[in-house]
Amino acid sequence: MLSRTADHLYWMSRYIERAESLARMVDAHYRMSLLPHSPDELAESLQATMKALHMLEAYTARHASIEPGAVFEFVCLDREYSGSIFSCLRAARENARAVRGSLTSELWETLNSTWLDARGAAARRSVGIGEFVEWVKDRSHLTRGVTIGTMMRDEAFHFTRIGTFLERADSTARILTAHQSDLMPGADAGVVPDPYQWSVLLRALSAFEVYRRVYRDVITPSRVAELLILRDDMPRSLLRCCKEVYGNIKSVANQQSAETLRRAGEMHAHLHFARMEELLGLGLPRFLQQFLGRLSDLGSRIASDFLGSQAET
Amino acid sequence: MATTPYNEMYSREGAGRAHYLRYSKWLGEQQADRLTQKRAEADALFHRVGITFAVYGQEEGSERLIPFDIVPRVLPREEWIQLETGLKQRVRALNSFIHDIYHDQQILKAGVIPAEQVLCNSQYRPEMQGVDVPGGIYAHIAGIDIVRDDAGEFKVLEDNLRVPSGVSYMLENRKMMMRLFPELFSAHRVAPVDHYPDVLLDNLRSVAPTGVADPTVVLLTAGAHNSAYFEHAFLAQQMGIELVEGQDLFVRDEAVFMRTTQGPQRVDVIYRRIDDDFMDPLVFRPDSMLGVPGLLTAYRAGHITIANAIGTGVADDKSIYPYVPEMIRFYLGQSPIIGNVHTWMLRNPEDREYVLAHLSDLVVKEVHGAGGYGMLIGPAAPQAEIEKFRQQIIATPERYIAQPTLALSTCPTFVEAGLAPRHIDLRPFVLSGADVTIVPGGLTRVALREGSLVVNSSQGGGTKDTWVLET
Repeated sequence: MLSRTADHLYWMSRYIERAESLARMVDAHYRMSLLPHSPDELAESLQATMKALHMLEAYTARHASIEPGAVFEFVCLDREYSGSIFSCLRAARENARAVRGSLTSELWETLNSTWLDARGAAARRSVGIGEFVEWVKDRSHLTRGVTIGTMMRDEAFHFTRIGTFLERADSTARILTAHQSDLMPGADAGVVPDPYQWSVLLRALSAFEVYRRVYRDVITPSRVAELLILRDDMPRSLLRCCKEVYGNIKSVANQQSAETLRRAGEMHAHLHFARMEELLGLGLPRFLQQFLGRLSDLGSRIASDFLGSQAET
Repeated sequence: MATTPYNEMYSREGAGRAHYLRYSKWLGEQQADRLTQKRAEADALFHRVGITFAVYGQEEGSERLIPFDIVPRVLPREEWIQLETGLKQRVRALNSFIHDIYHDQQILKAGVIPAEQVLCNSQYRPEMQGVDVPGGIYAHIAGIDIVRDDAGEFKVLEDNLRVPSGVSYMLENRKMMMRLFPELFSAHRVAPVDHYPDVLLDNLRSVAPTGVADPTVVLLTAGAHNSAYFEHAFLAQQMGIELVEGQDLFVRDEAVFMRTTQGPQRVDVIYRRIDDDFMDPLVFRPDSMLGVPGLLTAYRAGHITIANAIGTGVADDKSIYPYVPEMIRFYLGQSPIIGNVHTWMLRNPEDREYVLAHLSDLVVKEVHGAGGYGMLIGPAAPQAEIEKFRQQIIATPERYIAQPTLALSTCPTFVEAGLAPRHIDLRPFVLSGADVTIVPGGLTRVALREGSLVVNSSQGGGTKDTWVLET
């Protein structure tokens, strides 16, 4: 397939995944805002999260203080800010439109009507935040379902999946980064963990119910970290994402991609055989920072091996 | 307008024409609100599917629908056979003409067309002189605009031989009609059109460079911001070929390749939807980012087929149009089956004198204009505009032609106020390769404003489904 087509498919799915991750993040904080708590906590959590997602600077350029309503509005519907959910849905649709011939018509129509509806919602200004983020999650689920249910298992599909899982790994690692101080060793001992914080973190990664099922016990930081980093069966864990990235890169391998595949395999193998004690020993902040660095390196390598930055030879 | 236009559905006496009887009976039985609801349904579907065209010079996201009218334009079989024969004849002659111009120029030597009118034309490409193209075919895809005059006779209004567009609407309009009114298709035997992409792909493969057993065909677009992008993506998808932009292609050793995830892949046929000027920055416009540097070298070496060929514009120019009937006689030794609209060439003093004296009755067109721009419709124009054109004609007469104001035929159309006659034309798509083929029908365009004669989508035109009845 055309390198440019692969590039658009990759970004199309990254943007949809990003919209969903942001929606989850907003949803978790929105729920938190409805519970009795100290306002500072919510603001702190929002600030840490926006910082980890590199959104803080753009936000403070527009708003004087961290005010939940303003943050939700900014993350969801800001038309000017390229990182908002609104902009992600537009970017996903623009990428899809550039290669609509390579998509099934069901997939194209799903992305197109998602964008048309988002534009309508932003124009009406009447939609509630809770309702909007629910809708974004639904549309992302629908898009993923249509992708899996209608697309041929060819290169186009694999590049779509690579985009999805790279973005998801990135998002999980950043949400963990925002909460890393609660996940430090020693947080287990003695101190009663803040239930709001945990619920925010777990809900943002759709892991609240999973945690209960898996551990059937109180929430402890090391288990949370284990669930979100090392559990192979947890759909948004770093291990799961790396496994999917590796498998999909393997399916599209070309003459120059051997090193990229090796690095993806190394990331997967490292998490596959890692033990929690080892990661905590290294220190979670350091681990997460390294992980994000490797992920970003993998992204650039994919771009140069497959997505059109290649030489003509 | 002095004459009454020909109504496609009803005779002068108001009786339904035979081929429309069944439809008009059905139409009479429909409630207005059902039709209104069907029209809204069509709009919603077109939006959702993204069948839109981009409007130039406006903000991003300014994609519009081309209004779709739910009343079909119906052609009886006999009329279609006559049109089909006439169109094939015309396009054969046009292809012979282009080949001749870029080779021996016999028609110029014979004095049928003044040489300077061809060779000094900006659409004449000296780069193509002596270049042999597969099968001698230049205009692989031709969109011929047909109108019906007040006497009910078909005339060719314009030949489009460069990058004619609109065929996706022909296909989507049919799909829409079948979805909205399936009952009509069990009551009528309407000739199918949905095999057009297959015929087009066959046609493109048939003109691949010699010796290529399994040619790779691509569709070259200017990109997602081009006004006809939907059509480009649609046709590429329907044919199962890659939709490429200039940046996806490169030339090496006089051959064309596309950049793929698995490395370079050889390309044999380019169905291009960008103008000559943008095709190769090394030969034409150097600032063009849309084309492929070195493409002309590969082309002249015979290693790639470009459809339509470079330089076809020399045959669809409005200053050449008046000579097409002569071309048919010259190359085919036949008399034209479909005639031209009478045309005054303002370069000729006697024509000019007549036209300047009758500006308020005539239509004046710029020779290189397209899309309904650069046009004076005398009977509808204010005096000031007529004077403006008069001055321009006197200054540069060779830039203009004039034609009588045609009473284009009308077809009942579902407008805000209900059913009302609106002027229409017809653009069938003629494919030339190993053979000449036409999918029965074409794109019917309709001028939605009352009294308007301009059917272009950029100027308030809409489209209709076009039915050719098999019995």
